[in-house]
Amino acid sequence: MSLCLGRLLFLATLSLTLAGCGQSASEQAAASGERVVRIGSVAPLTGPQAHLGKDNENGARMAIEEANAKGITIGGKKIHFELISEDDQADPKTATIVAQKLADSGVSGVIGHLNSGTTIPAAKIYHDNGIPQISPSATAVAYTHQGFKTAFRVMANDAQQGHVLGEYATRNLHAKKIAIIDDRTAYGQGLADQFIHAAQAAGAEIVAHEYTSDKAVDFTAVLTVVKGKQPDLLFYGGMDAQGGMMARQIKSLALNVKFMMGDGGYTPEFIKLAGDAADGTYASLPGVPLDKMPGGKAFEQRFVAQYQPIQLYAPYCYDAVNVMIAAMQKAGSVEPAHYLPALANISYEGITATLQFDGNGDLKGGAVTLYQVQQGKWQPLETVGAAQ
Amino acid sequence: METFLQQIINGLVQGSVYALVALGYTMVYGILGLINFAHGEVVMVGAMLVISSLTAMLSWGVPLLLALPISVVLAMAGCMALGYSIERIAYRPLRHAPRLAPLITAIGVSILLQNLAMMIWGREYHAFPQLIVSQPHHIGGAIINDIQIIIIIMALAIMAGLMLLVHRTRLGRAMRAVAENQHAAQLMGVDVNRVISVTFMLGSALAAIAGLMVSANYGLAHYYMGFLLGLKAFTAAVLGGIGNLRGAMLGGLLLGLIESLGAGYIGDLTGGFMGSQYQDVFAFFVLIAVLVFRPSGLLGEQLAERA
Repeated sequence: MSLCLGRLLFLATLSLTLAGCGQSASEQAAASGERVVRIGSVAPLTGPQAHLGKDNENGARMAIEEANAKGITIGGKKIHFELISEDDQADPKTATIVAQKLADSGVSGVIGHLNSGTTIPAAKIYHDNGIPQISPSATAVAYTHQGFKTAFRVMANDAQQGHVLGEYATRNLHAKKIAIIDDRTAYGQGLADQFIHAAQAAGAEIVAHEYTSDKAVDFTAVLTVVKGKQPDLLFYGGMDAQGGMMARQIKSLALNVKFMMGDGGYTPEFIKLAGDAADGTYASLPGVPLDKMPGGKAFEQRFVAQYQPIQLYAPYCYDAVNVMIAAMQKAGSVEPAHYLPALANISYEGITATLQFDGNGDLKGGAVTLYQVQQGKWQPLETVGAAQ
Repeated sequence: METFLQQIINGLVQGSVYALVALGYTMVYGILGLINFAHGEVVMVGAMLVISSLTAMLSWGVPLLLALPISVVLAMAGCMALGYSIERIAYRPLRHAPRLAPLITAIGVSILLQNLAMMIWGREYHAFPQLIVSQPHHIGGAIINDIQIIIIIMALAIMAGLMLLVHRTRLGRAMRAVAENQHAAQLMGVDVNRVISVTFMLGSALAAIAGLMVSANYGLAHYYMGFLLGLKAFTAAVLGGIGNLRGAMLGGLLLGLIESLGAGYIGDLTGGFMGSQYQDVFAFFVLIAVLVFRPSGLLGEQLAERA
C-alpha cells in the first residue's frame, strides 16, 4: 500500500513539473506584458528525411530567436514569438493531423511543410482556418494552384526548376538519350515530369522511365534496366539519401552515365553517402549561391556556430519566418486576416532572394543555380534566370 | 542475357541479406511462437556499432586488418547483450500471457530501440568507411563485387553452421525439445530459460553480422534502416515457412530474386502498362499466392525441423 501511495505521489509531482514546464515560456512573457505569438514549423523530424527536417526546424528557430532578441513591437505591443515544432514524418496523412493540431493551438502562421506531398493536403487545413502558410521547400506546382490565398512558398516551383534542368541536360550537356527514375512522391514525380517535358522539347529522347520509393535502399534492379537502354544521362527525381546510394550503385554496376538530380540532391549528406561516386553529379537549387547573397555568408557562420552545417533548406526557413514577421510589422497586426494582404504584396530582401509573391503565392522571378560535385564539394556552375 | 544475369546477381545479393535477417526471426518463432519485431532494429544497432567502432579505431591509427575483426566482435557482443536484455526485460514476463501481448510488446521494443538509436547516433546517415577496396568482377557481362560475393558466401555458411548446431549439438537438441514442448523439456531437465536466452543471443549475433553486411554493401547506416529490412525479412520468413531454418533461407533468396526480376521485367511483360513501381506489389502477390495454397509457407510443415 505504501508503495502504491509513493508511486502516486511521484506521478503527481512529475505531472505537475511537466505542466509547469509547458507553460513557463508563455507565462513569463505574459507576466512582463508581452504578447505571445505562436508560429508553427512542420517537417519530418523522424524517418529517413529527419536530418533535413531538423535542419528546417533549426532555420526557423534561429529566425525566431533573433527576432525575440531584437525585441519587436507590433501595433504598440511588445511581441514574444514562440516556435511550435511538429513532426509530419514526411507522411501526407500525418501532415493533416499535425496541421489540424497547429490550427487548434492558435498559431498565427505556419512555416512548412518540407515535402510537396505533405504540404499540398495540409494547405487546405490552414486555408480553412485562415492561417498563412509559407513552405520553405515544397516545389510541386499544385501546392499554390489549389486556389488558396493563404499558401506561399519561398522557393522556385518544379515548372521553373524542371525546365532549367531539362534544358541544361540537353543543351549544355548534349544528352540525346535520357533515362528517368523517380520516387513516386509528389515532389519526385512532379519534378521528373517537368524535366521530361523540357528535355523532349529540346530534342532529347526519353529511353526509360523507372520508379522507386523514398524509403528504398537497393536500386540495382532498376539501374540494370536503365543500363540495358544505354542512355547518356540519368535524371533522378527524389531526395539526397536515395540519390547518394544510387550514385554508389551506378558506379558499382559500371553504368556509364551523367547523373543529375534536382534540389533534393544538393546536400553535404549526398556527398557523404555517395563517397567517391559523388564526383560529377549535377544538381540544382533555386536562388543564387548563398555566399553571393548579402548577409548569406554571415548567416551560414551564425548557423554553423549554433547548430551544425547547413543541410539544405535552413536558409529558406530563416527567410520564411522573417518575411512573415516583416508582413506583420508592415500590417501592424499579428492577426492572420490583417497581415495576409501585406504578405501577398511584400517585397523583402532575404538571404536567398528578394522575396515577392505572384498572384498564386509563388516566388516572383526565381533564379535557379546549377551545381556539380567536383573533388568532393558542390561547386556552382551557372545561375539561370527565371524560366517560364 | 547480360541484363538477365545481372538481375539474377542483384536478386541473390539482396536475397542473401533478407535470408540472414530472416534466420533471426525464424529461430525465435520456432522456439517461442513469438514474432520478434524488434529484430530489424537489432540489425540496425549492429550496423551502427560496427561503423562507430570502426571509425573510432581507424582515427586512432589502428590498422584496418585489426580494426575490422575487433569492431565486428564488439558489435556482436553488443547485440548479444541487447538481445538478452530484450528477452529478459520485455518478453520473459509475458511468456504465459495471451499471444497478442508479447506481439504488441515487440512492436513497442522496436519503436523504443529506433528512438534510442536516434538519440545516440542522431538523425543523419552514417557512411561506412570506404577502406575495403571492392574489386568488380565480370561474369559474362554482369558485374559483382567482393562485398557481394562475401555476402552470399557468408549467408550460406551461417545457414550451414546453424543447421549443424541445431541437429548435431546438445544445445541444438535442447532447442528442438523446447520448441516441441516447453513443459516436457523442463521435466526432462532442460533449462528452458537458458535455452531461450541463448537463442535470442544467437539471433542477435547473426543480426550484427547482417548489419555489417548491409551497411558495407549500401555504404551507410541510419537509425531507420531496420524497419523496412525487418519487414522484408519477416515476409521472407513467412514465405519460406516461419519457424524453419531452411525455409528462411529459401524465402529470403526467393524474395530477393522476385523483387529484382519483377522490377526488371514487369514493364516489358505488360507492355509498359505496369512499371517498376509495382516491384513490392509483385513480391507480396507471390506471398499471398503461396499462403493461399500452402498456408504454412513453402517448407513450413516439417515440424521436426523447428528450432
